[in-house]
Amino acid sequence: MNEKVLMKGNEAIAEAAIAAGCRHFFGYPITPQTEVAAYMSKRMPKIGGVYLQAESEVASINMVLGAGAAGVRVMTSTSSPGISLMAEGISYIAGSDVPCLIVNVQRGGPGLGGIQPSQADYFQATKSTAHGDFHILVFAPSTVQETVDMISTAFELGDKYRMPAMVLSDGMLGQMMEPVVLPEAKEPDNDSKDWAVSGHGGKREHNVVNSLYINPQELEDLVKARFERYEVIKENHQMAEEYLADDADIIIVAYGSSSRVSRSAIDAARKQGIKVGMIRPITLWPFPEKVINKHVGHAKAFLSVEMSMGQMVDDVRLVVNGRVPVEFYGRTGGVIPTPNEVLEQIVRINGGVQ
Amino acid sequence: MSDLNVLFAGFGGQGILFAGKVMAYAAMIEGKELSWLPSYGPEMRGGTASCSVCISDKAIGSPLVVNPDVLVVMNLPSLEKFENDVVPGGLIIIDSSIVHKKVARTDVNVVYVDASKLAEDNGLKGAANMVMLGRLFKETGFCSAENLDLGLQKSVPARKANLLDSNRKAIALGIES
Repeated sequence: MNEKVLMKGNEAIAEAAIAAGCRHFFGYPITPQTEVAAYMSKRMPKIGGVYLQAESEVASINMVLGAGAAGVRVMTSTSSPGISLMAEGISYIAGSDVPCLIVNVQRGGPGLGGIQPSQADYFQATKSTAHGDFHILVFAPSTVQETVDMISTAFELGDKYRMPAMVLSDGMLGQMMEPVVLPEAKEPDNDSKDWAVSGHGGKREHNVVNSLYINPQELEDLVKARFERYEVIKENHQMAEEYLADDADIIIVAYGSSSRVSRSAIDAARKQGIKVGMIRPITLWPFPEKVINKHVGHAKAFLSVEMSMGQMVDDVRLVVNGRVPVEFYGRTGGVIPTPNEVLEQIVRINGGVQ
Repeated sequence: MSDLNVLFAGFGGQGILFAGKVMAYAAMIEGKELSWLPSYGPEMRGGTASCSVCISDKAIGSPLVVNPDVLVVMNLPSLEKFENDVVPGGLIIIDSSIVHKKVARTDVNVVYVDASKLAEDNGLKGAANMVMLGRLFKETGFCSAENLDLGLQKSVPARKANLLDSNRKAIALGIES
């Protein structure tokens, strides 16, 4: 096993991707994600990989499409406005059934917004990344170690289902250091994708990777087949952590940085005798409906805590479906909620659920 | 000691983030759970810099220290900004070479260390951050002396290994202060 080291979340993303056999990185700098690219620019040339700073995010994501179509593990990373610029390319990648890893180290928005941590890109990541009917896998780590572990899972599931995978981090998780044990490094596997456009050598039919289908019926069939795959993913790959949820009257739903704030608030509330717990979505798409559904009943109220004006709360409400109240607390624009603020919400709701 | 939340604050360039990093590494070697969170952005360029270090026996919740148990402060704007956030009964360690103001609160413990002057008088200009860390170590005992030194060794990059001894001396000055 590798030695435990102290690493920034952003650097850990880069090293974990290399350990997962990624040798192709295309990107464009933006705070607070720049350490990912900076780290890659130092490491990739030493291990025979490609680091390329493109002229824009638009160019980066199209390079990702090209490398992914050729069958290699490829990634890009950016922060919120950068994902908006990449939107068209992400849709092309999804429409071409090409796997890749996209990292979003979120910052405050809209517009250029700010550079402090945010979770205001939930809708963008899970519902409307770009035009057309499609989904991408979305993973939300809450510690540096989990970020590392998730990178290889994201690559593997992306490859398995031939679709883009996103790791949705934020400025806090990207900039902070925590102890981490890196996984054993895997060699790149560039030859196992039999659909890839990597040269047929005159030995097989040539492959085509494409997202243009002029015939509506052909396109509908393709999209429907893709949505059947999405159902398999929803059935098999929902991930969430439950924290003190089994006896909870109130359940907080929170992911990433806001789940850490919530965890501190829950510990404080438990000391006051309030039965509160948490469901922490690890996959945001597929959304962990099953585990939330399981707790409706003994949980008499849900509280979605986010660093946004309230986005994931819609998905919680869809699962709870009116059976118990679903409330929301959030800060936005780069402001991180404090444990005390969340505790006040817990105390307030607890007054109503006794 | 189960939980210790420390906020280091000062000017960019004083080694605020580095002091926090040495503490974080030492705590890791000590076998604790920990997090290190810097302020980032334009304030790093000559303005104020701060970093949160949380040490605990269990998983760290919020890594952002809002109400520090200990505030290690190396400039006046940071003292004015964070003084009232320290928990009652907490500790403020001040570099009194730079900050001439006294703490107004009476419900916290305050230690004044002539850190920048001590460093300079001993030929260790620029190592006041390590003097402050030494004093923090003396006041809180957040790890063993051996692990503090190992934490320092881990934090100083190989290409700057020549600075290891001066940092060690500065930490010792803080412990003796």
